[in-house]
Order: sequence, then structure tokens, then C-alpha cells
Amino acid sequence: MQYTFITLVENKPGVLNRVASLFRRRNFNIESLAVGRTERPDVSRMTIVVGCNDDMDAHKIEANLYKLVNVIDVQDVTKQPSVTRDLALIKVKAGPERRAEVNNLAEIFRARIVDVAPDSLIVEVTGTEEKIEGMMELLRPIGIMEMVRTGQIAMTRGAYEGERHTPGANGNGWHDEDESGLAEY
Amino acid sequence: MKLTGAEILWECLVREGVEVVFGYPGGANMPLYDAMLNYPIHHVLVRHEQGGAHMADGYARASGKVGVAMGTSGPGATNLVTGIATAMMDSSPVVFITGQVAAHLIGGDAFQEVDVTGITLPITKHNYLVTRPDEIAEVVREAFYIARSGRPGPVLIDICKNAQIEKAEFEYPDEVKLPGYKPPVHAPKASLEQAVRLLEKAKRPVILLGHGALISGAEEVIQHFAVKTQTPVAMTLLGLGAFPASHPLSLGMMGMHGEAHTNLAIQNADLLLGFGMRFDDRVTGTLKTYAPNAKKIHVEIDPSEVHKNVKVDVPLVGDLKAVVTDLVPMVDEYEHEEWMQQIAEWKSEGDARSIMSWPEDGKLYVAHMVHDLWEATGGGAIITTDVGQHQMWSAQYYFLEKPNRWITSGGAGTMGFGLPSAIGAWFAHKDQEIWAVAGDGGFQMTAAELSTAVQEGANVKVAIMNNGFLGMVRQWQEFFFEKRYSGVHMKAPDFVKLADAHGVPARRVTKPEEVKEAIEWARKTEGPVVLEFVVVQEDAVYPMVPAGAALDQMLRRPTRQK
Repeated sequence: MQYTFITLVENKPGVLNRVASLFRRRNFNIESLAVGRTERPDVSRMTIVVGCNDDMDAHKIEANLYKLVNVIDVQDVTKQPSVTRDLALIKVKAGPERRAEVNNLAEIFRARIVDVAPDSLIVEVTGTEEKIEGMMELLRPIGIMEMVRTGQIAMTRGAYEGERHTPGANGNGWHDEDESGLAEY
Repeated sequence: MKLTGAEILWECLVREGVEVVFGYPGGANMPLYDAMLNYPIHHVLVRHEQGGAHMADGYARASGKVGVAMGTSGPGATNLVTGIATAMMDSSPVVFITGQVAAHLIGGDAFQEVDVTGITLPITKHNYLVTRPDEIAEVVREAFYIARSGRPGPVLIDICKNAQIEKAEFEYPDEVKLPGYKPPVHAPKASLEQAVRLLEKAKRPVILLGHGALISGAEEVIQHFAVKTQTPVAMTLLGLGAFPASHPLSLGMMGMHGEAHTNLAIQNADLLLGFGMRFDDRVTGTLKTYAPNAKKIHVEIDPSEVHKNVKVDVPLVGDLKAVVTDLVPMVDEYEHEEWMQQIAEWKSEGDARSIMSWPEDGKLYVAHMVHDLWEATGGGAIITTDVGQHQMWSAQYYFLEKPNRWITSGGAGTMGFGLPSAIGAWFAHKDQEIWAVAGDGGFQMTAAELSTAVQEGANVKVAIMNNGFLGMVRQWQEFFFEKRYSGVHMKAPDFVKLADAHGVPARRVTKPEEVKEAIEWARKTEGPVVLEFVVVQEDAVYPMVPAGAALDQMLRRPTRQK
């Protein structure tokens, strides 16, 4: 089963390598990984989708991520109400005679045509993985020349927080109220 | 005031209380060596960087402080790698400082350039590449804090040559800013209460004491806890010394070469309390049948160790000393007389098989030599070892009453660790008696450090157990490969002459009756001494849990000799 983790990390050189290397080392396979800046310039956010057998694997991943000095927070949003999005650019082989057909499909999926060339179109589609897979299915008979995807990004709805398999790690969870349970510098 | 990066480094090391560094100079760290002359830190010139890494490790384990090892870029840095991995596996606080080519040359395959932060990423707790002199103070402050706090471990700082030479304003930071690094100390009250409920019900509890007890300095409070709850204490290889061997509640070492009664107690327990240990495969045997009827409480500072090998019922993530201190007032005084009696029965059966009960047969056994060493030193020496049979016999027969006297490579199992770690330990405790026990194989891996010991006048005694074989591999081949000996016979040099070439007094011991006298002679002789013990060639360490077998399926020492 695919699990989705939101990970906040320090925005420093080499942190992506540390995270990726950890998954390799502990024998987990990353399905998708999206990294970007956040509302705080010193913090980057990663959305990591990874295949796990069960919650024990999720615990392992979370606990190991916390071993990295640059990892600030890890939440498992797999089972929490959340918004997940993936963005794809799909280059479709379509001359003038099939443009309308592609355009119709794009409308149904609330996708957009962002480039038109004599014999191809680029469709931009945003949504859940299933939606993008669905659109690809329908475009395939027309002819997909190229495709690129950003990988999934995720955010929990409202006041929901992701699940914490290691409460207290790095002061997240039960240590939050006062940091009395943590080491002093 | 502006200082060069090299000067900033030494200013920082002085402020961190560093007394000694173990290193080797080269092209990419020469500015560091030049600046070093102006600072009150003793430099030990090692013979190979791996030796330097083990010395810093031995120093750290003996002193409880952070050890420091240095090397240049390229091969200097890669030679440290085995030592870094050794420190990582055994949670030893060591800061490694390597030189790197100038920042503008990085990535260009410059002379003696290797990507050392890339290479050491999986075997360090954290590492840094420093390209500017103004980064050094903050990085060093963080590195020492990370190395010694939480679950300790090695931290590597790779400093570009230009950052050593260029100048920057020096100010040592008062505090570190690490938003992603807040080690836990106390465990939640609710979990502590769950643990107490399990303890109240337990009829056959066993404490499994690991290295964490020594690291957190929890020996006293654990003894208090064990006595109050009348819970017997088994130790991991690295936990030896954390609980007095002679204590009525002590079960000695557990695991692959643990005592039979210890492993039987664990397998038959109804509650295991893992204290600062990690249920390593060498202590559990096969997990399928491990302590099948036991509830498990795990006190551990590293959350990634919880449920890693063994699924536990109550995890208590925190500092062992703090957690057990919190637990003590919550528990009542319990009695487990029946349980203790059962263990005593198992033990008396094991004593009968012990090599100690054998009649004198004129042959020299390592176990007997270790026993004699234990008697002669009153059990108070610092013992370092290599890896293999002699290590297990030392663990079994050098009964430790006090903590931090047992320095051995456990997790990594690094041969060649004994001599250099003993030299490192000497720098931590020059007033204490230090013995490096090694095999003929392991000793030769880092034998060059004998020369370092001489140069420094290190008062370490080296006991080489020469059986002409790589003993532990030979034992496995005997038991599991139909005695097809492959690549294990080793023709050693004349160790006495080798020592002599270094100017080190040495003796060869071939008979049991010479052992005590030779040990006394070594103890009385100032400075490094080598004793070669020509021991029984094909002896085996018993009991032994074969890899992949259940913990109570032990091969036992035959009651009669071969």
C-alpha cells in the first residue's frame, strides 16, 4: 500500500540527498517525491509517497527520518482527510483534425491546453493521481508523445494533522506543550 | 578579531575541552597543522588513519568525552572510514576532521579529492562540508553537541583548504540552533504507568542491559531499580560493566556466546525490560522464537530502534537514566524467589561444563589466561579487544565490577580495534592499567600502531592470543562447514622480535604455569609491553547459538575434552 508523508526539513544544501539516501539504505522504494519552498524561507517541504506493507513500515520510515538532523517534522497523512494533487504536462500527437477531440477531453477533466503546435498539443492537468491516470487512458489512443509529472503534493484538510507513529520525536506530539521532556542545548 | 579558518578551528576545539587529537597530516590539511602549533592541544601522529579513528573512539569510550581524529583529503579520509563505521555502530562520540581540496576545485577530480561527505553519509550521525571560514565556529559547536548528545555517534567535518586559509571574524556561538534535533529525555507518564502495570504482574522478569546504561550514566539507578523489583540483569556485549558481575542479580552476558542460564532465563521470561539496547541479531537469535511468552518494555533514546527487530508492548522513548529514575518511585518492592531459584539451577548445570572446572592439562587456554589476568588485575583494568574468539572469552571471563572499563567493537565487529583503542584509552586514563587483548589476526591489522605507542610512551600492555588461526572463522568452519578450513590458517611473524624491533619489551608464553609470572612482569614493566600467548589451536567458544537458531538452542561445551 502506498503511504504519503509530509516532511518539513531545513532548507540547506544536501538535505534532499540525505533523505533519498535514507530510503535507499533502509530498503524502501520511493514512488514519488516532491520538494519545494514553504511560507518559511528556512524550511522546505517534501511530500514523499512510498510503498509500505503496514503501519510498522510507516513507523520505521518516520523514526528513521527523525534520525536526520535536518528533519524537523514528519506526518503520515495516508489515512487523514487531505487534499492531494499531482500536475502533469502531456504532449499529445494531434494535428488540426483532432484538436477539437482533445479539447473536449480537456474540458471534461478541467485540464488546459497550454501549447498548440502544427501537429501536437500540450495538455496541463492537475488533480489526484487517479484523475491523471484516467485522462492519460483516454489520450493514449490519440497518441501520447511525452509526459512529465511533478509527483504528489499533499495537505491535510482544516485542523487535521497527520498521524504520528513516534509521538514526541523532535518535540512533535506530546512534548509540545512545554519542552520539559527534551534535552537542553 | 579576524582569524584564519585554521585558527578558528583550534579556538573552537580548545573551547570544547579537547586535550588530544589523533591525526595524520597531508596536502589538504596542512594549514590546520600549521596553526595547531600555537594551541595547547596534544597531537598524536598515528601510523594509519584507521588507527587514529580507533584511538579517538577508545578515548571517547574510556573518558565519556568526545574524541577527535583528523586526516587529510582523499586516501586520508577514506582510511578513516572503517573507524567511523565502528564508532557509528557502537554509538561512540567522535568528531572527525578531514581536509578537503579548495572549494573551487570540488567536483573536478582534483589531486586527493574524494567526496568524503558523500561516502560517510550513511555511517555518520551527521556530517558537514565547510567551504567558508565563517562557517567553522558554528559547525564545530554543532558537531560536538550532536556527537555527544542523544544517542551519541560520529560527526564528520570536511573543511576545504581555502576555508582553512581565509580569514573570518571569530565568535564562538553560545548555543546551537538545530530545529530538527531535540533528543528526548523523559517518557510520557501514561507509558510509564503501563510499564509499571506489566512489572506488577510479572513473575519471571529479566532486565536486558545495553550500552545505553553506560552512555547515560544510569548504572546506579538501574542497580537500585533491579534490587527494588528483584529483577535479574543480563547484559549485552557492550553493556558489560554496567552492572557488577558479582551481584546476586547479575546474569552476565546474553546472546550468541552468552551463558546458557542467561539465555534460558530470557527465553523463559514473562517480561523483558530492554534498557538501552537494540535487540541485535547477536542477542536474540532467530526472532521467530525469541522470548515467546514475554511482554516487552523497551527504554531507548532512539525511536528508530523501537519495534525495529522486536515488536514491543511498551516503548519508553527517552534517556535511560531519566526514565528509570522516573520509574523507581512508581514501583513497589517485588519478590521473585521461585524465578531466581530456577535460574540458579540452570546456572549450576552450566558451571559444571565451564572450562574453569576442567583439570589442569598442561595446555594453554585463552579462557584460563583471561581468568589469570582478571585475578592479577583485581578486575579493575581497562580491557580493550579485537574481534573474535579472544573477544568472547574476554567478555566471558574478565568479570567487570565497574563501568567504562570494557572497550570492544560490538556492532561493527572491527578487527584491529584492540591496540589503537587501548592507546586512546590511555590518553583518557593515564593512571589506570590498560590491557589490549588481541588475536594473532586482528593484532596484525593495526600492528603498526605499536610504533605510535612507543613514540607516545603509552603504558598499554598487549596480550596476543596466538592460535595460528583466524579462530572464530575456523570455529564456524568446524561447526558448520564440515571442518573444511579455508583461508583461516595464518603464519604469524615472530611477535617477540617484532616488539623488539619497536623497542618494546616482550615475552612468549607457552605453558599455563608461566602465565601469572608473565602478567606480573608486564604489569611491573613501564610503557608498552607485548606478551604472546601460544594457545591451544583448535579451541572453540561455548556456549554458542548458531546463526539463525533459537536463543536456547545452544551448542554446549563437551563435558570431556577432545
